[in-house]
Amino acid sequence: MFRNQYDTDVTTWSPAGRLFQVEYAMEAVKQGSAAIGLRSKTHVVLGCVNKANSELSSHQKKIFKVDDHIGVAIAGLTADGRVLSRYMRNECINYSFTYESPLPVGRLVVQLADKAQVCTQRSWKRPYGVGLLVAGLDESGAHLYYNCPSGNYFEYQAFAIGSRSQAAKTYLERRFENFMDSTRDDLVKDALMAIRETLQGETLKSSICTVAVIGVGEPFHILDHGTVQQMIDAFEIAGEQEGPAAEPDAAARQEAAAEQGGSTDEGVAPMDI
Amino acid sequence: MNFIASKQPENRLLGPESDTQRTLYPYVTGTSVVALKYKDGILMAADMGGSYGSTLRYKSVERMKPIGKHSLLGASGEISDFQEILRYLDELILYDNMWDDGNSLGPKEVHNYLTRVMYNRRNKFNPLWNSLVLGGVKNGQTYLGMVNMIGVNFEDNHVATGFGNHLARPILRQEWHENLSFEDGVKLLEKCMRVLLYRDRSAVNKLQIAKITEEGVTISQPYSLKTYWEFSAFENPAQGAIGSW
Repeated sequence: MFRNQYDTDVTTWSPAGRLFQVEYAMEAVKQGSAAIGLRSKTHVVLGCVNKANSELSSHQKKIFKVDDHIGVAIAGLTADGRVLSRYMRNECINYSFTYESPLPVGRLVVQLADKAQVCTQRSWKRPYGVGLLVAGLDESGAHLYYNCPSGNYFEYQAFAIGSRSQAAKTYLERRFENFMDSTRDDLVKDALMAIRETLQGETLKSSICTVAVIGVGEPFHILDHGTVQQMIDAFEIAGEQEGPAAEPDAAARQEAAAEQGGSTDEGVAPMDI
Repeated sequence: MNFIASKQPENRLLGPESDTQRTLYPYVTGTSVVALKYKDGILMAADMGGSYGSTLRYKSVERMKPIGKHSLLGASGEISDFQEILRYLDELILYDNMWDDGNSLGPKEVHNYLTRVMYNRRNKFNPLWNSLVLGGVKNGQTYLGMVNMIGVNFEDNHVATGFGNHLARPILRQEWHENLSFEDGVKLLEKCMRVLLYRDRSAVNKLQIAKITEEGVTISQPYSLKTYWEFSAFENPAQGAIGSW
């Protein structure tokens, strides 16, 4: 994208019908470090790469618990993400107080999207520069949503955002058909593998990533570093066996895909990046 | 002095003009509502009387209404406030339906919403003068709760409002048990309503029984209970009375 005369204001359309400021905001998401999410029928796992600026500093928090049944991973301007997480927490707690019941994640996501849309239509505001992967439960099961700075939201079976997310997406695209019936632990394993893809050769260790899980009967929580490192060690050793193990997987996947062909299509949205 | 705007002004706790804007006493009232959990859901009974003070003025007031897909609301107290509450709930259910997602407000959510409304009004010294019974079934879970004009709320296996608390609940405490059949539940409710008919001055002999199950709400047609007034003690009650007049 090159600079042009229609990109100064978010309230200026380009002749081609584009809002450049909104598109630039989506670029900001691509610059942030990677965050991935994937879900089964009953669980959702969020993961992100946490790179500290220097060895002296701590890394930025990119995964937030919003409520017992909702969590969010962000990529982009983390300050914007923090503010939006506070908004989400507020909405959840207000709903819980009035109705003694958890706010369905599908509704929270729409409220979030409407909030983002406002910033695309006011001359004195700017779009939020953060993409949010919202994981949550409601009456119909476990859900994963992606909220854009544009004010759009999509539901996903699995998704990755941030820098080098394409590598993770490629990995997830190969495996997503099995996710609906995955066990919780397999889902976490797949999340870690997807994170590893974004590291491009760097060793995956628990100090540079964060993983969080939410499921039916399991409130949202971030896995501690010991647990994560154990899981990494468990499959790193099995890493070499990845090749032959893929063969039976492929056969199983074909059967599973035949059965699930119709249903998984509903959970998949077009990848817009 | 300022004009009193049609919306309630901020500083209106004190001052004579402000009293026209808040509830001081009820005018047309309904008497007890009794409800219990049974095998398939909730059974609720209420008579159809609307009293104007001590006059039994209106005799076809429906004091139980379905709310959304999963709940049933019964009210005693000021009838106009009940109608106001129905409007609030109508709006609530409308917005809930407008989301058009797979989620819907169940009886627990409606009960808690009502508790918030009642308590907030009480805090503003402008109560909705009602005692409400909210029952329903959602996803196999049966729920029965009560909330009154001061915001006191609780859930139980059987609830009642007004006189029902004093006359019906003792009967229910003795005779209610888990997994009542529909027929037994109705018999139990009728027993409670008959006692209320004999002993509550504001009861009328025209009642409805409502049931809510996973399938939905059914409110019976109005009917009357059989009563017996031929007890010998009722004959010539003044005989042998001491008194000059």
